[in-house]
Amino acid sequence: MNDLHSLVQIKGMRDGLLVSLADASWEEQQSALLAQMDQQPSFFQGARLALDVGSQVLHVNEMVELRDQLSDRSVVLWAVVSESPTTEQTAQLLGLATRISNPRPEEERFSGEGQNDELALYVNKTLRSGTRIEYPGHVVVLGDVNPGAEIIAEGTVIIWGKLRGSVHAGSKGDEDSKVCALDFAPMQLRIAEETVNIKKEKQILGPVAAFIRNERVVVESWKFS
Amino acid sequence: MTAQVVTISSGKGGVGKTTAVANIAVALAMDGDKVVCIDGDIGLRNLDVVMGLENRIVYDIVDVIEGRCKLRQAMIRDKHLPELYLIPAAQTRDKNSVSPSDMKRICEELRSSTDFVLIDSPAGIERGFRNAIAPADRVLVITNPEVSAVRDADRVIGILEAEEKHAPALVINRLNPDLVKQHDMLSAEDVLDLLGIQLIGIVPEDETVIVGSNRGVPVSQDQKSRAGQAFRNIAHRLKGQEVPFLDVVGKQSGLWDRIQKMTGRRS
Repeated sequence: MNDLHSLVQIKGMRDGLLVSLADASWEEQQSALLAQMDQQPSFFQGARLALDVGSQVLHVNEMVELRDQLSDRSVVLWAVVSESPTTEQTAQLLGLATRISNPRPEEERFSGEGQNDELALYVNKTLRSGTRIEYPGHVVVLGDVNPGAEIIAEGTVIIWGKLRGSVHAGSKGDEDSKVCALDFAPMQLRIAEETVNIKKEKQILGPVAAFIRNERVVVESWKFS
Repeated sequence: MTAQVVTISSGKGGVGKTTAVANIAVALAMDGDKVVCIDGDIGLRNLDVVMGLENRIVYDIVDVIEGRCKLRQAMIRDKHLPELYLIPAAQTRDKNSVSPSDMKRICEELRSSTDFVLIDSPAGIERGFRNAIAPADRVLVITNPEVSAVRDADRVIGILEAEEKHAPALVINRLNPDLVKQHDMLSAEDVLDLLGIQLIGIVPEDETVIVGSNRGVPVSQDQKSRAGQAFRNIAHRLKGQEVPFLDVVGKQSGLWDRIQKMTGRRS
């Protein structure tokens, strides 16, 4: 039993519990966590749980299984924190948060991966309503961004498809960030601190780029030069 | 026999999930398939009303799960179609009385003795919805041609994709061709353009559907009803048959050819 306990570390946070799992196989981590919960069901009942899985690579079916097992125990999984980009993407797909109020220091998360402004997240699917992508770099989407979907990027956002949802580029204030899309009708658009409402009747046909010029957002045909 | 488990879902309430389940089930049973419908809306059941079986309920799905009766005892046989059964929801309990693994277990038990298990999902994307999709081999997402219903359908499709369920198929319900012509309603093409999934049926708006639901006689039994025909076509497509789409809008727009093309079907 001591063995199991050393795998699972539980901390109380302002808005729930933070559970950190030590390095082990996913089966071991999973059964250790569930065993611990079953030992003290009253402690966990109704809890909001954030899970730090370290470098563990988790796919959708694994995370869904765990979420179901937790919900069978009346525990809500709201966040999964991980160093693995695959796991982070999985969590985002399931609508889970990937950062908690006390996130790991940035340097640690991106060490050895070059400058922040060289990072790009490649999303090879249509983002549907309810999806939210937050990324500390550029975002490239090969697919549509539907109404109700949201992208928040510290850099530029390029959408090879239709933009119908909300985009915030340069979310940390980078005014050189752009938003480009093949078909441009966002619900809401922000670049750095500037917010624009795109009027339907002024919609430009064909590819469009939006960027900041003289402290105002300019929306014009996307020229490839 | 190995049953196909099909869940009908929408996100938004009131778009016609329950009516669709009843009608598709009746259409399949009329063809001689053995069909079991499961009402997944624990606490707010109404599939029994639409199928006209409300006064025959003795046991419900929660009784099965909690071991108070055998699965067979909770299966209510339809009045007209001997191969059609309903497993009703419990009215006095809530969604937490059922777990995804309970639903999987029940469907596994039904699989060997039926052709189709149709599950009526509750509205929303919470526990009840997850119970309903857990055992599904296929999910039909049903929507109305209006912005809010399409938005919710989009969210549901996103969740299904994230859970790596077999690609969902779309039913567009209550399309009113006159409103579409006047540009007062989204067209089937608009809806397909946004959702980008395979289309499995378009059901025209039809008063007989409401009358049928209130009487407990689903319209797919009515050979003259247009909506009934649309539901029968969906049932045939579920069985893998190629059925041309009903011409709901009228050919002059050229829309129909495009829909046929988008869905890979030829008329």
